[in-house]
Order: sequence, then C-alpha cells, then structure tokens
Amino acid sequence: MVASASSIESSSTSGVIVAEDGIPLKAKLARTTRRTRLRALLLTMPLLLFLVITFVIPIGQMLLRSVNHTAVVNVVPNFAVAIQDWDENDSEYPSEELIKIFVQDLARARKVREVGKTVGNLAVRVNYEIPGTASIFKSAARKVGKFEDENYREQLFALHKKWQNPNLWRTLKRISHAYTPSFYVAAIDRQYDEQGNIVKKPEKLSIYVDIFLRTLWLSAVITGICLLLAFPISFLMSVLPLKTSNLLMIMVLLPFWTSLLVRTTAWIAILQSQGVINNILVWLGVFGDESRPQMIYNQTGTIITMVHILLPFMVLPLFSVMKTIPPSYMRAARSMGGSWLYSFYRIYLPQTVPGIAAGTLLVFILAIGYYITPAIVGGQDGLLISNLIAGHMQQSLNWSLAAALGSILLVIVLFLYWLYNKFVGVDNLKFG
Amino acid sequence: MSLPAYATIPERILHTLYLIVCGLIFLFLILPILIIMPLSFNVEPYFSFTEGMLRLDSDSYSLRWYKDIFTNGMANPDEPVFSKWFADSWNNSQWVRATRNSFFIAICSTIIATALGTLAALGLSQSEMPARSLITSLLISPMIVPLVITATGMFFFYSAAGIAKTYLGVILAHVTLGVPFVIITVTATLVGFDRSLIRAANNLGANGWTTFRRIIMPLIAPGMISGALFAFVTSLDELVAVLFLADVEQRTIPRQMWSGIREQISPTILAVATILVCLSIVLLTTVELLRRRSERLRGITPA
Repeated sequence: MVASASSIESSSTSGVIVAEDGIPLKAKLARTTRRTRLRALLLTMPLLLFLVITFVIPIGQMLLRSVNHTAVVNVVPNFAVAIQDWDENDSEYPSEELIKIFVQDLARARKVREVGKTVGNLAVRVNYEIPGTASIFKSAARKVGKFEDENYREQLFALHKKWQNPNLWRTLKRISHAYTPSFYVAAIDRQYDEQGNIVKKPEKLSIYVDIFLRTLWLSAVITGICLLLAFPISFLMSVLPLKTSNLLMIMVLLPFWTSLLVRTTAWIAILQSQGVINNILVWLGVFGDESRPQMIYNQTGTIITMVHILLPFMVLPLFSVMKTIPPSYMRAARSMGGSWLYSFYRIYLPQTVPGIAAGTLLVFILAIGYYITPAIVGGQDGLLISNLIAGHMQQSLNWSLAAALGSILLVIVLFLYWLYNKFVGVDNLKFG
Repeated sequence: MSLPAYATIPERILHTLYLIVCGLIFLFLILPILIIMPLSFNVEPYFSFTEGMLRLDSDSYSLRWYKDIFTNGMANPDEPVFSKWFADSWNNSQWVRATRNSFFIAICSTIIATALGTLAALGLSQSEMPARSLITSLLISPMIVPLVITATGMFFFYSAAGIAKTYLGVILAHVTLGVPFVIITVTATLVGFDRSLIRAANNLGANGWTTFRRIIMPLIAPGMISGALFAFVTSLDELVAVLFLADVEQRTIPRQMWSGIREQISPTILAVATILVCLSIVLLTTVELLRRRSERLRGITPA
C-alpha cells in the first residue's frame, strides 16, 4: 500500500494513475477490496455451511414433505400411471384392465417390507382422504394372491362393499401423484367432495384454522400484556441512577436466565387449585374451599406463564431505547405548558416507538411458536398450533400434515421476521 | 427518580401509585422463581405450603427431595459403603444420568457453537462484508424459527442420515440453536472495536493468527465467554429438539423434568429447579461481571 502510494507521481500519460508495477491504481484498489470482502465472507463460511446442512436443508426437506407423499406411487406404481387415463366422467369405475393392474400391483406390494413402500403405507394414505378405508386395503392385499385370472373387478368388489364406492376410485386417481396439495387442503380445514371440488369440512371436524386464529389471538394478548407491564418498569429503570437500575435489571435478567421448565413448574406451584394463590384467596375468604377458581391447565395458565417467560424480551429493547431519550425533552414540553399526559403522548411516546416495535415483534414471533409451556399448563383450550404439529409428529404420525401445518406457521413467522428486519434491524438484537 | 419540589399533591399520589405498580411488576417477575425454593424443602410430597411450613416448624422441612435426586433409580439406595453408593448413584440414578448427559451435550455444543459463531461474528463485523444483513438474518434465524418446526425438520433429516437418537444428533441441533446467541453477544463486543489496532499489529509484523491471538482475542474474550455461557444455557435448557431427536440414552435434565411434570409429579422437580436457579444466578453474575469488564476494556465507562 505504502509503496504504491509513493509511486502515484509516475502516472502514465493517458491520465490513469498507475502503481509501481504498472497496474492501474484503481484496479489494485479493486483487487484489495475484493480480497478483504472475500476474507470477511470466508470467516462466516464455516458457520454458514454448518447451518445450511443442519438447519436450512432439514427445513427445506420438511417443506417438500408437505407436498410430497409417495405412498401410492411407490406401492402401486403401474396402477398410479395407468389410472390417469381413466375419465371418471365416462364410467363409474375404472376398466377391468385397470383393476387387474391394481390387483397385480397390490399382490406384489404385499411382499415389500421397505418403509414407505408397504401396503400399510398405502392404506394409511387413502385413510387420510376417506377415513375408515385402511382395513379394506390390508385385507385385500392378503386375499388378491388367490384371485382367479379373470373378472378381477368382480372378485375385488366381492371382498368389501367399500370397493364399490366410486368415490374411492376417484380419490385413488387424485392421489396417484408424487406431489399433492391435499395436506394443505387438510391444514386449512378443507376437504375434497365426491366431485373432487375443495369444500369446507363439517364444523365438528374443523380444528386447524381455529387453532391458528387462537394462536395469533393469544400471542397478541400476551404481547399486549407484556408491553403494558414492560413499559412502566423500563421507564423507571431508564430514569433511575445506574446503580439502582442495574440492580433492578438483575430482577429482569434472572428469569431470562432461568430454565423455561423451572419457570413453568413454578407457575404450576403458584396457580394450581391447591397452589399458593388459591390458598391465600381461600384463607382471605374470597373463595370458599369448594369453589377454588381454575387458573391453570387452561388459557389463563398459558397466558400468565407465557407473559412471565416473554416479559424480559420486551423489557430489554424498550429499556435500551428509553435510556437514550434525554429527560430534558419532557421537561421542556412541561415548561411550555403541556400537561403531563399531553407531553408524554406527544413527546415521550413517539421516541419510544423503535423500542416498542422491536419488543412487540420479538415477543409476538416467539409467542406464536411456543410449544413446551402450552403443552404443560395449557390444558385443552390453551393449546397452540405448535402443539398440534407435535401431536401429528409423535402421536397420529401424519407427518405430511404436520409438515403442511409447520410450513404455514413458518411462512407467518418469516413474514414477521422480515418485518422485524425492515423496521428494527437484526443487528439491534441484544441481551443484557 | 424523585419528583420536583413543585409537584402537586395529585402528582405525588400518582407517582406513589406508579412506584407501587412497578414494584408489583418486579414481584411478578421474581416471585415465582423464589417461591419454589422453600417449597423444595417440603417434607410432604405436595407442591404447596403446609401449615407446618407456615409456622416455620423445622419438622415440616426436609432435604428428602434433594436426597431423592441422587437415589431415584438406584439399585440399592441404602448401601452403607460410600464408594459403592456413589458408583450406584452415578450409574443408575435417573437425575444423575440426566445431569451427566445434559452437561456432556451442553459442553460439546458450546465449544462448537462458540468457535463457529465467533469466526462468523468477526466476518460480519467487517465493513467490507458482502450481503451482511441477509447473512446475519440467516445466521440468527434458528432463534426465530419455532422450535417445533426446526425439530421436525431435523427429525426427518437426521433420521435419514442415521444420527437421530444419537448424542451427535442432539449436539448438532444444540449447536444450531446456540449459535445465534454467540453471534449476537460477540458482535455487540465488536461494535466500536478499534480496527486500527489490527492494522498496527500487521504493521509491526504480526501475521493473521498472531494478530487474532494477541490483539483481537483478549479484547473480545468477554463477549466470547458471555456468548459461550448463553449457548451453554440454551443447550442446558433445550427440550423440544431433545424430545424429537433423543432416545432414552440421551435423556437430559429438561427431558427428565418434562416427564416428571407430566407423569409422576413430585417435589424432586422443585429441588432440581432450585439447584438450576442457583446455577442461573451464578451464570448471570458471571455474564454481568464480564459485560462490565468488556465495557471497561473498550473504554466505555458507565456514567
């Protein structure tokens, strides 16, 4: 650098400044910049690669799984191709030829043990579409080996009357693709009717949209309460001398550093019907011993516990913004005759908006993905969408539906994260 | 905060009310954590204060739940020889095993997360970094994406790769979840980092590694240690990934508490919780001291 700078005088006749080695200075600078840029990028590369492998690809695969279900294509491959030529408007059932292919595919599939390619997988897949049909596939697979080599349709239809349902065959045609939107259809409480149109599910079976709305609503309530609680204490800490505010900050940070399960357990001890609060209320005579209010294992429990857990995430950004607001602004407003409320509303509040935006977005984003706390203290009506996703992953094992619900949740969260980036900036995230 | 002398009486009343409200909010924050401590010494198997406890009757308090942490699951809890008792507890007590698992997983994932996170933060803090905001938001996203989604994705991917239900799988998951905290804390330390120090070191003939070891590292060490502690606590407290990815072999403390809360609720959980709270107090104090040291090192003295 020093050498090239000293040789600037030796600029060529064309007016381009050239370094000692004859390379234009501009090009040299560009090269140095490129090198430093590359070095910066290289430093982040190991982590970037790590996260792509352990985080981005797994989530991408999950997104893929929500539209990709290969059971039909894998178990009855020939039939899955052939049935696409069948026009369900022309005939009630597929042709004898097609059913023969189906029966042969089924007979072959019976011997397969590979996960994802067994008759059981096919039965489960069809069962998602038409509940109560899993067993006819399993029993048919056991019996098709003994079929005579003619009248396949008759023999199959004789096994169970459900085979005679034209809707079964129409559904089979619809799901005989590797890629299917049907899990998203199910995730928004819709289903296919007999004609293959997407219609609303009956009220009794609709749950997901309600739970999504409930998740958004509860998260909004929790965020609102957090803001209401965080604002006064952040303000207090921002005007107190540093020594006192540091002490108070510890009271905010200690819950932040304490295990989530510990805090949830603590709230069980406090809120349960034999818990601390109820005992005090009964002792004070507010409630009779028999009529203790239910404060946990329902929505109330979820809200109280989650507010407690997420409050620090609201206090920290609010406090760091309030700290920078000079107190003289409020004094000036007051001295010019504004009432306390008016000055607060017109002078102080607008300056805290960055902190409010950062806190609310962060708390809301974290709240809509919560799983552990609602699972422990939520009871039935305090469950959130994450709990349903986990339920489909671990109990009902409908992984594609779990992936579809997860993808919808992910889109909502990423949209909020984008908002956060746009208005707050991810660089401004700080703890303590 | 004190009121000016000209404050009117209604203002004084409002101010007092405001202080009371603030006090209640701080109580709301801190009380649940403090309340489990006395409850963990309950002699009865309940989650609530007994009358004896309220009378401060010493018979109503006991250490039985703390003892239970070590003996629950042991083959012979009444073994008189201490070395045998200890070996039995070390190998068979559910909580002791869970603690060993938790610490093993947390230490491994902290080391990896701190190394990778510090490197990345060094790159991100350079002004020449291309596509900085995009890359930063990608690296922070494990903290933002709902844990259930992350765990679901990892479950499929790690199962296919054959590392689900192994220590490696859980450690990789915890590194992913801990990295954002390391990046955030180390980047915060690097704000206002005097870059001319690096140039000075280069000028005096130090190569990249020496510059890092002798100049950068000592200055960002407080941030690195805070970040490491954050990653450590994240791993120690993480449950969702463990629920999805771990087997009985890899049971951690949160996993053990989870089944404790849902199946056989006993004050042992409160005893464990009390110990964990003490641990978090120690960690919080360390981080707070480190933060002050870092501010002093960087010449930002508290006003």
